[in-house]
Amino acid sequence: MANMCPYGCFTHAVVRSIPETFGKAVGEGRENGETTVDLAKAQRQFGCLTGALRQKVGMQLIEIPPDPELPESWRIEDVAVIQGDTALITRPFKQQRRSEVEAVRRVMSELSLTVVEMGGEQGDSGGATLEGSDVLFTGREFFVGISSHTNRRGAEVLADTFRDFAVSTVPVCGGARLRNVCSMGGPDTIIMSSSDGAKKTLRMMEQLTDHHYEVLPVPEESASNCIYIKGPSKRDFLLHRPAEECPESVSAFQKLQDYTLLPTACSEASKLGASLSSLCLLINRKHTYF
Amino acid sequence: MTTESGTDSEAKQPQENQEKRKAKAAAEPKSPQNQPEQLPAAAGHSTPARKGQQEEDQESHRSSTSRLSKSPLRGVKKVKIMQCKITLLDGSDFTVNVEKRAKGHVLFDKVCEHLNLLEKDYFGITHRDIENQKNWLDPSKELKKQIRTGPWNFSFNVKFYPPDPMQLIEDITRYYLCLQLRDDIVSGRLPCSFATHTLLGSYTVQSELGDYDPEEMSSEYVSELRFAPNQTKELEEKVVELHKTYKGMTPAEAELHFLENAKKLSMYGVDLHHAKLVGNLYESLAPSEGEDSEGVEIMLGVCSSGLLIYRDRLRINRFAWPKILKISYKRNNFYIKIRPGEFEQFESTIGFKLPNHRAAKRLWKVCVEHHTFFRLVSPEAPPKKFLSLGSKFRYSGRTQAQTRRASAQIGRPAPLFERTSSKRYNMSRSLDGAPIMENHETPAKDGTADGAAKVIAKGDIITTVTTEKKAEEQGEQEDFKKDATETTEPATPLRLDTKTEDELPVGNETKDEVGPKGTVAAGYLVKYVAGSIITDGATSSGPHGISLSTTMDDDVFVDGTLRDGVEDKTPDSHEEVLVVKVSPGAVRQEVSQAISDKKGTLIIFREAEDKTDDEDNETAVPEELETGEKDAETFKEDSSVDLKSQAAAVKILSSKVEIKTGDETQIKGIDSPKKAMVSWISEEETVTEVTGVKEVDEINTSNGLQQEAEIFTFEEVQSSQLKSNLTQITVSEPSAAVSTLGWVSPSQKAPADQEEKEAVVRETETAAAKQTNLNSVEVAANDTPVVHTETKTITYEAAEVDRNGDADPGVLLSAQTITSETTSTTTTTHITKTVKGGISETRIEKRIVITGDTDIDHDEALAQAIKEAKEQHPDMSVTKVVVHKETEITPEEGED
Repeated sequence: MANMCPYGCFTHAVVRSIPETFGKAVGEGRENGETTVDLAKAQRQFGCLTGALRQKVGMQLIEIPPDPELPESWRIEDVAVIQGDTALITRPFKQQRRSEVEAVRRVMSELSLTVVEMGGEQGDSGGATLEGSDVLFTGREFFVGISSHTNRRGAEVLADTFRDFAVSTVPVCGGARLRNVCSMGGPDTIIMSSSDGAKKTLRMMEQLTDHHYEVLPVPEESASNCIYIKGPSKRDFLLHRPAEECPESVSAFQKLQDYTLLPTACSEASKLGASLSSLCLLINRKHTYF
Repeated sequence: MTTESGTDSEAKQPQENQEKRKAKAAAEPKSPQNQPEQLPAAAGHSTPARKGQQEEDQESHRSSTSRLSKSPLRGVKKVKIMQCKITLLDGSDFTVNVEKRAKGHVLFDKVCEHLNLLEKDYFGITHRDIENQKNWLDPSKELKKQIRTGPWNFSFNVKFYPPDPMQLIEDITRYYLCLQLRDDIVSGRLPCSFATHTLLGSYTVQSELGDYDPEEMSSEYVSELRFAPNQTKELEEKVVELHKTYKGMTPAEAELHFLENAKKLSMYGVDLHHAKLVGNLYESLAPSEGEDSEGVEIMLGVCSSGLLIYRDRLRINRFAWPKILKISYKRNNFYIKIRPGEFEQFESTIGFKLPNHRAAKRLWKVCVEHHTFFRLVSPEAPPKKFLSLGSKFRYSGRTQAQTRRASAQIGRPAPLFERTSSKRYNMSRSLDGAPIMENHETPAKDGTADGAAKVIAKGDIITTVTTEKKAEEQGEQEDFKKDATETTEPATPLRLDTKTEDELPVGNETKDEVGPKGTVAAGYLVKYVAGSIITDGATSSGPHGISLSTTMDDDVFVDGTLRDGVEDKTPDSHEEVLVVKVSPGAVRQEVSQAISDKKGTLIIFREAEDKTDDEDNETAVPEELETGEKDAETFKEDSSVDLKSQAAAVKILSSKVEIKTGDETQIKGIDSPKKAMVSWISEEETVTEVTGVKEVDEINTSNGLQQEAEIFTFEEVQSSQLKSNLTQITVSEPSAAVSTLGWVSPSQKAPADQEEKEAVVRETETAAAKQTNLNSVEVAANDTPVVHTETKTITYEAAEVDRNGDADPGVLLSAQTITSETTSTTTTTHITKTVKGGISETRIEKRIVITGDTDIDHDEALAQAIKEAKEQHPDMSVTKVVVHKETEITPEEGED
């Protein structure tokens, strides 16, 4: 298919900086009392991530300035799903997050991506909600986790947007998000948490797919969220959580042959339920029709 | 059991005989005609290696042919020529004349010839029914039976979308596939993104118009072509942009690029059917929280890899073929039985409600065909010659594996063909969202659906054998398997399996045959039964030798094990049979052999029905209607029986060889179960079965050497006038008798002959000589002795009054089957009461199977049987006696 090339070829990354209001989610039921986040540390970790993307991997980085009014805007993965030259601007579950999309939409347009809206506030979205952290694109197909934040209607919009691909819905257990338990670790490799809930999700994915993926199980859930990029140099990069954050899983990554492993800390963001991939949108502007 | 070769010869001879006869000549000739037509086509691409397969195909055709040819009326009619208009993939119409009675493949072959298409197994012809639904023409069925009303208009379409078009041999084939896909795209059946529309459109332009030429091509040049359902200026501009970059690309290359991209689309080759969820859903099917899944609108998509379930555009579940143990339909409902998952204990059945019965059947057929084409190495049990009576559906086509092999033999220089100026707007012609596919060629499975009448005795035993071979040979060459199957008893099993799948009854017959063998040694008999039973059980539980679970491959070869599926079916069929037995009220208890007998009965039924159909046809009554009725009836019965209960019954049977079954069954009832249920045995099951099978084979072999089986069929006809009727019909239709013999194809033909007034004596001898070295080799590999079968069929017919072609199809009042047996004899009595035009006719068919060593004086036994029959029914006359003698010879004796 026109846009169907092996997963991992990205040229651009879009990120949004950590605002001062980091961790102060508006209207969030749970106060930060229990989970204290270190803003400075979070910003440092963010800097490490962007640095790795830019300097190690060689991506072009587009950084959207932070907006204190939008404390969760750094979770930029949620607000857009990008495949090929099409960007679907999502409709996040939380009302207060929906204005996060505006800045992202602008960037997408500037990158001359075809921007597709989910219907917006007034549109006929019919209550559709979708967040990018519930979407796993494998290069061949989409899996959408039906979670607390993403519903079936939202998945339908995604399916309608990316018509070339099969879009399968899978259950996500325990209130997690799909991307909390899995991520791509290569063109045909899925890194998957070995938790029971993740296994259930994985079984469903295996049933639904027409393709065959290698599965790399990792004992710790936090380790299952990685960022795989086949950089401009055609080398395989894997950004993963460092040993101090998931000591038991690091050895699993060693199994990936000829990979450049880039341990990237993400402890602060993960306290808020996010992970590495939450922090960036990956785009491929080099389309290769074959 | 080794009747296969014999069967063939038998079939041929009868045909010849028929030709000689005047009246019949018209009716029967078709079968001979068909063969030549089909064969040449096959020969075109087939390799020597493939011969075995071809033979199978041919055989299947023949069997079906012979079955169809039964109707006495045909001879009377004139040859009517019908004009057919076929809309081709480029949008043009092709008009051709065919005989009204011609079978579907005649038309199909003519179209392919017109198109210069050799790799034609991926294609088919569709006809829109009254509901404007597309139905695939069954190549093995007469056209007139498939077209109820309206003009004979058809479309030529891709039926099986090759997962990898690169593997097609000829550019011309790819070209037609491209045309189909363009139409799929423009009609919206194949959804694409804008980018894909652009890309595919650009290849289309390159293929049709060649290099971009700014001088020749006006800015509007692409507007003439259709690329998308909603074609925009922007799309056209992008197409031009890309087109400019293709300089030097040949049309064939452009088409290749087109296909390489199109094949990746998620809906490529997916045949969608509207449905609703029924009852409890598989957990994954459960919609989002709190939503009631019952009645949810979904789409069922049939494709090369399995069954996809969509809700709106979302894929909510997928069942790869290996996951599916069984598919069936009842009334409006379509069911799939799913193999238990890794952590599940029981298989689950998922039901879907379709808009109507026809839709359910259509879906079922499509599933059967896709499964067979993409997953099986060869069509399942080619309609055994034996069983030919029963199933209307024959899988006359090749599987993908076969067609690939055959295509590899294509040696002709690439044909020149004109890429007709793309019929610009033709692409938009088909607007239906989802092409509805029906299987024309149904493998054995089809039989199940169709053949209300399909009863195959072979079922159990044969099936088992098949399994073995599969397990052992799967890795090996498929050809060998087939050959072996044919040659040896095991081979027979394969065919039987097919039949079995179609019709449970067949399986029963097989048992009967086995039973006789068993007579020689009681122990054997028991084992046989057990084996068959085991097979059933295996079907449901055992892991197959080939682990498909892992497979998501499109590769047919990998999946070669699919035949297991056949086995599964067989079990199901058994189940059904059992059910039947249980359900019918009157029951005479009999040994397992009785069961087999029953199957035979079923077969008889079928024939009777077939006849009816034929008559109907003459009357201009479409077969399908009848079929539908049958199905409906069947369904009723099915519904009455719990699937689970059936299974349980089966198990019981397996454990107890001695189980007795009620013989009395209503024909309709019998038919229906068979039709309704198709089960696929998973590979896992196969493994389990293998053990049992092997035993069976050995047993058979040993028995086979000693076995000599004779089957005598008597048909007694009694006609009585109804008060209202002026006419007396003296002669009953012999067909039923023939059918009884199910596995003897010649006999079947004989019935047709009955119409003739002359007494006909036929004698057919088939030597095992046909068996090839390959077979023997294979046998050796299997450690299975080769058994040669010598088959003789003799038909004695009393002079009969010709029926008028106009005769109304009789209305079946009742049908009864009674089975009894002694040590060496098994007697199946089938009583059919029919009312035709006010005359009620009672026909009694007796099928007597005498099994055992040569020690038995068969002539005496026959005489005795006839005598008894006369005594029992003094008021009736014997109209026909068919003697089928089957002797098995040890390999050493026979030629090798």
